[in-house]
Amino acid sequence: MSEEHRDELSGVETTGHEWDGIRELNNPMPRWWVYTFYATILWAVVYVFFYPAIPMISSATKGYLGFSSRAELQQDLDQAKLGQAQFHEMIAAKSVQEIDADPTLREFAVSGGASAFKVNCAPCHGSGAAGGPGFPNLNDDDWLWGGDLDGIQTTIAHGVRYDGDPDTHVSEMPAFGEILKIDETRQVAAYVWSLTNTPSSAALADAGKQVFMDNCAACHADDAKGKVDMGAPNLADAIWLKGRGEDAIARQVLAPRHGVMPAWQGRLGETAVKQLTVFVHSLGGGK
Amino acid sequence: MRSAGTGDDIMNYTTETVVIAVAAFLALLGAAFAHDHLFAVHMGILSFCLVAGTILLMRRMDFSAAGTQVRVEPSGYFDEVVRYGLIATVFWGVVGFLVGVIVAAQLAFPDLNVAPYLNFGRLRPVHTSAVIFAFGGNALIMTSLYVVQRTCRARLFGGTLAWFVFWGYQLFIILAATGYVLGISQGREYAEPEWYVDLWLTVVWVAYLVVFLGTILKRKEPHIYVANWFYLAFIVTIALLHVVNNLAVPVSFLGSKSYSVFSGVQDALTQWWYGHNAVGFFLTAGFLGMMYYFVPKQANRPVYSYRLSIIHFWALIFMYIWAGPHHLHYTALPDWAQTLGMVFSVMLWMPSWGGMINGLMTLSGAWDKIRTDPIIRMMVIAIAFYGMSTFEGPMMSIKTVNSLSHYTEWTIGHVHSGALGWVGMITFGAIYFLTPKLWGRERMYSMRMINWHFWLATLGIVVYAAVLWVAGIQQGLMWREYNSQGFLVYSFAETVAAMFPYYVLRTVGGGLYLAGGLVMAWNVFMTIRGHIRDEAALPTTFVPHAQPAE
Repeated sequence: MSEEHRDELSGVETTGHEWDGIRELNNPMPRWWVYTFYATILWAVVYVFFYPAIPMISSATKGYLGFSSRAELQQDLDQAKLGQAQFHEMIAAKSVQEIDADPTLREFAVSGGASAFKVNCAPCHGSGAAGGPGFPNLNDDDWLWGGDLDGIQTTIAHGVRYDGDPDTHVSEMPAFGEILKIDETRQVAAYVWSLTNTPSSAALADAGKQVFMDNCAACHADDAKGKVDMGAPNLADAIWLKGRGEDAIARQVLAPRHGVMPAWQGRLGETAVKQLTVFVHSLGGGK
Repeated sequence: MRSAGTGDDIMNYTTETVVIAVAAFLALLGAAFAHDHLFAVHMGILSFCLVAGTILLMRRMDFSAAGTQVRVEPSGYFDEVVRYGLIATVFWGVVGFLVGVIVAAQLAFPDLNVAPYLNFGRLRPVHTSAVIFAFGGNALIMTSLYVVQRTCRARLFGGTLAWFVFWGYQLFIILAATGYVLGISQGREYAEPEWYVDLWLTVVWVAYLVVFLGTILKRKEPHIYVANWFYLAFIVTIALLHVVNNLAVPVSFLGSKSYSVFSGVQDALTQWWYGHNAVGFFLTAGFLGMMYYFVPKQANRPVYSYRLSIIHFWALIFMYIWAGPHHLHYTALPDWAQTLGMVFSVMLWMPSWGGMINGLMTLSGAWDKIRTDPIIRMMVIAIAFYGMSTFEGPMMSIKTVNSLSHYTEWTIGHVHSGALGWVGMITFGAIYFLTPKLWGRERMYSMRMINWHFWLATLGIVVYAAVLWVAGIQQGLMWREYNSQGFLVYSFAETVAAMFPYYVLRTVGGGLYLAGGLVMAWNVFMTIRGHIRDEAALPTTFVPHAQPAE
């Protein structure tokens, strides 16, 4: 300590040094600060006693409580599984029709299906299952591969045009760019559009009817309402998967794009697929 | 040739010029023989910077006889490098805030991503490095070199070495930022620069340590002032953290890719040991050093308690280094390490608050200045935010709280209340203190603009932090919400969509803070130019209106 010095304003003694005009008061540390500091240290010691804390040579102290976050997680998971076990067993044992008919089971399946849908299906079909260009809307009653419980279950379980599953839905519309003349393509596009909308030219649409009957009706049916067993979409409703308007239809006729949906049975298991089926069926368009 | 014995402020940097020119040529060779395309581009940028440096130095070269260019500053202190540092601090601050606002806007509106160079993934490290290392780092280097000279009554040690530190550090910033945008990254948070940039920073940092420690060793004061303890702890620990965290093996000595020597959970722990202590020793200890000089100077009051300063310094230094594992709660990290990370974080609460108490209580006897002095007001709000975030930190490290807050926007809000509130505000205070002194002006160009800056920045922080607290807690609750049948209620995409309004508001908060930064830049620019704004003085006394008794 150098010379004695007091701060005039507070009357407190300083340490006697001065750096570039700065002095330091010799105030004691605030009591509350010291005691709170001690309290946190005490708490730390107690915590270290109860929980795994001190590393030893090959492992660490286990703590009085023998806590392990891995065991805690396992316990949580087991408990969650136990709470759902009876429902899962019933779902595994019953068909989707039976599940749908049992109010308690149906409620559970819709809830579980919604949860699985958000994780697995929402990326393509959207959080609200409203789909998007190229990805079907699951809320309406237009179904490419069938909208009853069995149809939905088969589609979810085995997917569409999915290489990894031999039971997957397969269908492929040929590229009519190699078959039809460009005029015929325009005519048939105008005809298909005219089924639900006003075509660009009535004459064009009239001429397209014959082209349709000769080339398209085999799969899409004479009335253009599609055939579910072939995965051929209904063209006589106002629902368009790949794009709206005559141009979009013409493009699809010339060089069709085909969507792919993965098979989920192997990945999620049968009970999850059943729950998803009941959930999707419950959205409003189920048949 | 540099002639010896002519004082240590020679303006004829012949040797330096030659060395830089040779380095520029070597960088060009590095570009020519590069192992990969990115390294070639990066070396091209380096060569360009060095050629520009050589030309600038040659233009300043004085060919008169050696020994006539001695120019020692009237104060006897080496302040030119501090002046450059202050300008760099302001410049990088504005850049860092701007990039921050851009990345915030990208989160709210993903269409603003411009692939690939200006994607969020590349701009985010530009923002974090720009504010922590470019703005914060320049602020720390600049103020430490100013403070250490004053409190040691000694000129900077090492002659022109301080210039090397300054320019070397700027080169590091340029290489780091251009690397991120080009896609050169180690992928280690807050330590993204690749191995060769890390090596360069190590050289610069050792030079910084030599300058700082050398000045302390040749001090004319009997004791080392508390600010210098904190600065020294910051410099030494950052060197240690930087070297260990960046231990890596390059694929090629002429290539831009390297692999860390750590892997798995050891790597994760190393990264957070580094990451948390970057917060502790860069953003806390370093800036406490700044506080311990500029608050007593601006308030013109003695430091409140010497004993508190010494106890909280050693407690802080000892506790902080253990706290990193709290970033890895509920991960593969062994339970014992999680426990230690948590208890040390909680014990860190009071050592951190020691700095707050000493800062605030230093104002006792000068509380009236909060009303009259906008610079003091800035420092007080900085200390208040320091106190708040050093309480929030230990709280968030408690495992139960962490299970809700971890990975959510709450963490981002916490970091920003510390970064914008504490680091930013205390730096602004120091800048407003230093600018008139360094350029010999009577005062800042405008005191009212300081007041504007204060309110813009404060409002910006409050909006930013409050919005992200709400966002983070909502996000955490949505992630963990189960329905009565035991199924998760929300999909991840739904929790992201729920963040949209908060992301927009945080961009607004950041925009306010950026606006404050621009006001400061203008104020500093005009002060340096020597102008005084013609404006009404700030009210200095409070006149209560007489009220008739009821």
